[in-house]
Amino acid sequence: MDSIYTFSALQPIWPELFMAFMVLGLLLIGVFKGHQSTRLLTFLAIGGLLFVAFLLLQTPTSKEPLLHGKIVIDLFAVNMKLIFITALIASYLLSIKYLYDTGFVKFEYPVLIMMAGIGMFFMVSSHHMLATYMALELQAFSLYILAAFNRDSLKSAEAGIKYFILGAVSSGFILFGVSLLYGFTGHLNYSEMADVVSGLTGPERTGAVFGMMFVLSGVAFKIAAVPFHMWIPDVYEGAPIPVTAFFALVSKLAAIALLFRLLLGPFETLVADWQIAIAFLSVMSMTWAAFAGLVQNNLKRLMAYSSIGNIGYALLGIVTLTSQGFSATLFYLILYMVMTAGVFGVLLCMQRDGVVLRHLEDLAGMSKNHPVLAYAMAILMFSMSALPPFSGFFGKLVIFQEVIAQELYMLAVIGVVSSVIATYYYLRVVKVMFFDEPDMPYTGGFGPFRSFVITASVLFAVFYILFPDSLMPFTQRTVNDLLPHGVEPIELIKSSIEAEQGSLPSFQELMKNAFPVER
Amino acid sequence: MLEITLLHYLTLSALIFTIAVFGIFLNRKNVIIILMSIELMLLSVEVNFVAFSAYLNDIAGQVFTMFILTVAAAESAIGLAILVIFFRSKGTIIVEDVSTLKG
Repeated sequence: MDSIYTFSALQPIWPELFMAFMVLGLLLIGVFKGHQSTRLLTFLAIGGLLFVAFLLLQTPTSKEPLLHGKIVIDLFAVNMKLIFITALIASYLLSIKYLYDTGFVKFEYPVLIMMAGIGMFFMVSSHHMLATYMALELQAFSLYILAAFNRDSLKSAEAGIKYFILGAVSSGFILFGVSLLYGFTGHLNYSEMADVVSGLTGPERTGAVFGMMFVLSGVAFKIAAVPFHMWIPDVYEGAPIPVTAFFALVSKLAAIALLFRLLLGPFETLVADWQIAIAFLSVMSMTWAAFAGLVQNNLKRLMAYSSIGNIGYALLGIVTLTSQGFSATLFYLILYMVMTAGVFGVLLCMQRDGVVLRHLEDLAGMSKNHPVLAYAMAILMFSMSALPPFSGFFGKLVIFQEVIAQELYMLAVIGVVSSVIATYYYLRVVKVMFFDEPDMPYTGGFGPFRSFVITASVLFAVFYILFPDSLMPFTQRTVNDLLPHGVEPIELIKSSIEAEQGSLPSFQELMKNAFPVER
Repeated sequence: MLEITLLHYLTLSALIFTIAVFGIFLNRKNVIIILMSIELMLLSVEVNFVAFSAYLNDIAGQVFTMFILTVAAAESAIGLAILVIFFRSKGTIIVEDVSTLKG
């Protein structure tokens, strides 16, 4: 019998255990030394995360589930965790100066971010619905508190309420779906569930699909895909800027990682059903964000619509059903994450006399007062609108390449058109910075850590073109590790179409025939 | 005498779930009612889990229910805490007044 109670048997989850102990330790230091110890705690947390990264690199990976089938530490989980660590460190670096400048420095801030990090870590490596649910809630609860973190601000409290209510509803949807899946398959473990689901027929299969749709709509809430996006502009606007940056950097990526695991795990044989659902979410997100973003004057709301649109493009990669497509999704999100870090770094620098500015007009004349910052922002905006020499272009390139290779022409056309429309609001930011009458310069200085994040992000955006093949092999390896038995999802859909000939034309056929192409 | 089958439990839980969703989205009065609806939503899931657990003769569903109960308690604690913060700055918890953020 294998006992899970020895220390060395727990080696695969040492990183998470270390983080959990670190949370307790940081909390104790904070309680004894008071709110002014926030800076110390942040640096301890960054150091701890670097040590966690070191532990992760030592962790043996295996596809075999551990801890009674609850957790799996495979290459996908480890690589995603390394990405999360980068993003967590970036959000720590962005937040320190803001906390001290605006005077709401509280030692719980680094602790809560670390706690959300543990939730995300368990989320990507869960192999059991119970573990998934607990991890999801650990992450979500920390985020609710963070959204309402500025307790004296009405907007922050309102963002907290809205996020809490809609987040709780989405958890309820996920749970209801899980309960149906449990009922129709009799299992909660991913691999056992996948085995049973593949053999289901008739009404039982319909029941499982019903459960899967509930789970997917819950996850769509978390990644804020239209029509489940209504919370995100309000929460982005209301929450303090470093918290918004944290949401934008990590929480989406964690939810997408969970989506990967679910789609290629328990739902692998329901591929024909989820492909249409994901395509719907993707098209709605791309078009809705492109039009709704045009009228936004608040920069944080603008970033919210930008993130909705980008989730739409990322989901396109999933719709292609190939491992290249999934890898393109991950690649796109990583590039987007790096650009977002830079943009939020610039937004954090926009202060006058301790007041944070967040409107488009406040950018006016930035090129006169702060030329370096203005050029950095301009590069990031060009990169976000996917202009060629910058990194954002490569993200969209690989996505659309794969969509066209799978002959989903209709989706490619919608994607490109909405991308062109969305370019308007990115370029409007550039126009305001360079051609509008300058206002007073910003005060308060930029701070070394923020400047570091902005510089890193801009350098990445500019020089990615010199190493265009550097990131794709990494994402490809990460995704390949996840494929069930090494089979591409598109193979599964082909065999299911051959099994029931004469039925409705598949989604693939519909998209292809929308634009007949001469060959 | 009508025997109570799995179907009855599932219908009950689907009904409670629907009532909870409507309670959240149609309610214009009080945020506390929304918190109650969220609890109701989780309860309907618990009914589902216990019914399936008895039907499948598998204990995992009941264990899951215990976990949901615990998480629901933590969830309402956080929800009420955020509500208190909101009440301190706004002085009201009417749903229609939760509308500073728009655009």
